[in-house]
Amino acid sequence: MTATERSATGRVTETDAGGRIEEVAREIAAAGPSDPDPARDPVNQAMINNWVEVIGDANPVYTDPAAAAASVHGELVAPPAMTQVWTMRGLHGVRPPDDPLRRMTDLLDEAGYTSVVATDSAQTYHRYLRPGEHVAASAVLEDVVGPKRTALGEGWFVATRTTWYVGDEAVAEMTFRILKFRPPEAGAAAGDTDGDAASAGREPAGGKRDTGPGRGEAAAATVLRPVVTRDNAFFWEGLRAGELRIQRWGGTLRHPPGPMPPDGDLDAEPDYVVAAGTGTVYSFVVHHHPPVPGKRLPFVLALVELDEGVRVLGQLHGAEPDEVHIGLPVEASFDRIDDDLTLPAWKVRS
Amino acid sequence: MTITVGAELPPLTVEATPTFVVATALATRDFQDVHHDRDAAVARGSRDIFLNILTDTGLVQRFVTDWAGPDALVRSISLRLGVPCYAGDTLTFTGRVDEVDGDEVTVAVSGTDGLGEHVSATVRIEVTA
Repeated sequence: MTATERSATGRVTETDAGGRIEEVAREIAAAGPSDPDPARDPVNQAMINNWVEVIGDANPVYTDPAAAAASVHGELVAPPAMTQVWTMRGLHGVRPPDDPLRRMTDLLDEAGYTSVVATDSAQTYHRYLRPGEHVAASAVLEDVVGPKRTALGEGWFVATRTTWYVGDEAVAEMTFRILKFRPPEAGAAAGDTDGDAASAGREPAGGKRDTGPGRGEAAAATVLRPVVTRDNAFFWEGLRAGELRIQRWGGTLRHPPGPMPPDGDLDAEPDYVVAAGTGTVYSFVVHHHPPVPGKRLPFVLALVELDEGVRVLGQLHGAEPDEVHIGLPVEASFDRIDDDLTLPAWKVRS
Repeated sequence: MTITVGAELPPLTVEATPTFVVATALATRDFQDVHHDRDAAVARGSRDIFLNILTDTGLVQRFVTDWAGPDALVRSISLRLGVPCYAGDTLTFTGRVDEVDGDEVTVAVSGTDGLGEHVSATVRIEVTA
């Protein structure tokens, strides 16, 4: 990469900043799990009652002693989905200093990656908890990947693994992944009115942060999003799954997908094929101006003729604008924006 | 009950009223302003207050155990968030059995609202006959 990036401490090259982030991430990961941090309260019936009431969960094993005694549990238990609730930090809570997510967040904030969205979480419950048990949570940095270009801005994916203990016994685990990203410049952020769906549903990691996620939510509101229709939904679903899907009407491929085949047969029903993903540049532009939300200028937009014969548009990565030419062999790549949106893209075939 | 791959779960509809968004945020000890203060949520670029992720985990669990019964043991819940669920929207959960391996059943769950897919989840349960 050639761009120069600004950090809180001045201008540094991206490579230097990235190298430092990776180095500190290795240190944080090597430091291992944080000391188990106890929940405010033991697992208790009052909080369970509040929770099942609002969630609408009528499972009697959580609230009815007689039914619970007759169940597979033999006694009252807490809902597994409440596991994280026990160690939420409350209205004024802060993460302990050795919390790896706090350390990683501080580091990335300093480097200018000030915004955050969560991407996914996976919880495993080794056993059910019982009222009276007191859990403590310990977290370890599992994985840091970056810098990645996303439509939200350049960022780092940070995964932590939290283990809940009762005494020495691990009772539940969670992997939580966030994207810490650098919000695009304000000047590049204008022009989209319906993109607020992008990030507002996502959660700052762990539900609590010391720095506000507001800038990230504002930035995500600027991502240009496609109009997904009944006719093209399969295409966008395919991209999310890492497949470049091309609409097929009998023996004829059509792209972009449409509501009817080229011959206008209103009774025809389409399906799709998954393209091999290889092709050549049929035409391209180098976009210098105006700014596009989530893109660093200039960038190359290529119309690629697939080996299957249809042409598909996408940003071309991995080549300087003056290296691009018609006939350049490329292969499909996938620009993941968030959980909902992955854009088609290209990279130079080696 | 006999659980077979491909079986569809009865859909569950949840009205995400402002009261529901606030009540669930507090019951999950999540005091982030975007879950109870509309002005703050709007100032941060959202249309309104919106549901928190701990509630999604809870609703997904409820959706599966409502179907599987009180003796089903929930072993894992993995979820990916999509569009937000703003106050005033309606969430509809659908699900199907993806895998049955002895007592272990894997269910794929999708929660959609007026904006699209809000959450997609995979829930692993253990069902002893």
